[in-house]
Amino acid sequence: MKKASSVVCKKSKRPVCETKEKAATQTFAIEGGNFNNAGLVSTSIKSILKKMDVPGEIVRRAAIVSYEAEINVVSYAKQAVVNLIVEPDFVQIEVNDEGPGIPNIELAMQEGYSTADRRIREMGFGAGMGLCNIKNYSDEFQIFSEVGKGTRLVMKIFSK
Amino acid sequence: MKLRDVKEILDAEVIVGEDHLDLEVKTAFGADLMSDVLAFAKAGSMLLTGLTNTQVVRTANVLDIAAIILVRGKKPSTDTINLARDLNIPLLSTKYILFETAGRLYEKGIVGCLQKVEATSVRN
Repeated sequence: MKKASSVVCKKSKRPVCETKEKAATQTFAIEGGNFNNAGLVSTSIKSILKKMDVPGEIVRRAAIVSYEAEINVVSYAKQAVVNLIVEPDFVQIEVNDEGPGIPNIELAMQEGYSTADRRIREMGFGAGMGLCNIKNYSDEFQIFSEVGKGTRLVMKIFSK
Repeated sequence: MKLRDVKEILDAEVIVGEDHLDLEVKTAFGADLMSDVLAFAKAGSMLLTGLTNTQVVRTANVLDIAAIILVRGKKPSTDTINLARDLNIPLLSTKYILFETAGRLYEKGIVGCLQKVEATSVRN
């Protein structure tokens, strides 16, 4: 995807205990508009990381960021592909969606800014907190978006 | 206190998790907005909410919430109950309103999982 506009947020690495010397990549699909399935991918990611003995706090943060991203895809996009990459020193979650894209990322990153409709709000979301929350729970967060094409999120959580 | 005590204090119905009533709980977070729950609730806390859809259970699962307490006598859908059962998350329902639910638990020693939000996370 063309890097139409992007924001990179890097935070200092938090001291967390070691992950085991295991590496894995896994791919998931998210269907846009289907609230019944929203959360399936993040629940899978959570159980995969747990089985790999990834420390609990990292599992929790990975589950939160993937769930927030999943809610965004279900709310706004047509579909998305999620890649989970587990390396000894980090967990990376990439979410590539086909959707309307975000015209102004700076604005979308502002807490409280939302374009959510009634349906999304009835589910308890759409308060304009999602992207900020993803940023807060990631050690590194990148967002790329092109209007009419889609949005790509890259979220990285370090284990050491 | 134990989840069993929470059940007594709130005169609550246990919908899922009869076998989890010995679970120790100390903190809680109350909101109907899952966006806020995701931003502020801490692992091991109870979630007090009036929202009953499946996303409440998904949110609780993602955050490692100890138990979900539905307030205002809300009854969850079969889908919500089944998901809570699958994900092993206790689900209780009380007729008390959110304010009363929080007050009654606080009086007995349950505290918020955080007291105040940080200045940077206050919305405009």
